[in-house]
Amino acid sequence: MRFLAFIAVIITGALLIYATVDMPNWGDPNSPANIHVSPRYIEKTIEETATPNAVTSVVADYRGYDTMGETTVIFTAGIVCILLLRRHKNDRQT
Amino acid sequence: MIGRLDNVVIQTVCRLLIPPIQLFALYVIAHGHYSPGGGFQGGCILGASFILMVIAYDIKEAKRMMSEKVNTILSSLGVIIYSGIGVVCLILSANYLDYGILNKILPVTIAEARALGIFGVEVGVGITVMAVMVSIFLNLASGGEHGETEE
Repeated sequence: MRFLAFIAVIITGALLIYATVDMPNWGDPNSPANIHVSPRYIEKTIEETATPNAVTSVVADYRGYDTMGETTVIFTAGIVCILLLRRHKNDRQT
Repeated sequence: MIGRLDNVVIQTVCRLLIPPIQLFALYVIAHGHYSPGGGFQGGCILGASFILMVIAYDIKEAKRMMSEKVNTILSSLGVIIYSGIGVVCLILSANYLDYGILNKILPVTIAEARALGIFGVEVGVGITVMAVMVSIFLNLASGGEHGETEE
């Protein structure tokens, strides 16, 4: 069983490494990630969001939903910790 | 359960260090707009200052200042602030989280309304992160024993 798992890991790793051959070079200005929305964010930040920091405008304005999801994830983690760990007096007596 | 640690050096140093740490956390949250920082980072620093207080003093001492009930309320309050700002924008006939429309109810320009909206959102994130960090730490450190059993 352990041998089969090792084979599976090797095959998956080989596929992942094979897929990196198709990836654009590191920092390539013509890669799809750099020509799709990045120029819009950089050029129109002041005009559209009036925020001098492009990072802030992406995090809280263009991707505001995303940040709200992150906050909700943290909140959910806290609630789950409370549900799992908190004990009451009545629980211990049973 | 973390017992009381009666060490004068640690307690004095923590008493001196905790106010600047909390002030720095507020700076990171409030200045996250123009410099590296923001709600997540500032909330983490704020939560760490409370955890330092728990380690240096007593878990009961820390709970007197910040009880579990207050923590739970604060962690949900942060999410409510965030989504509430979005809903206010929605009510004022703009897109969800489109802060520019807030200048209809605030006496500021559109640019200032956007800055204030993002600041409110960051405050919400900071409150949630701080409360959740403290709550997870208190639950782990005390074995989940809260409320009436402590008093």
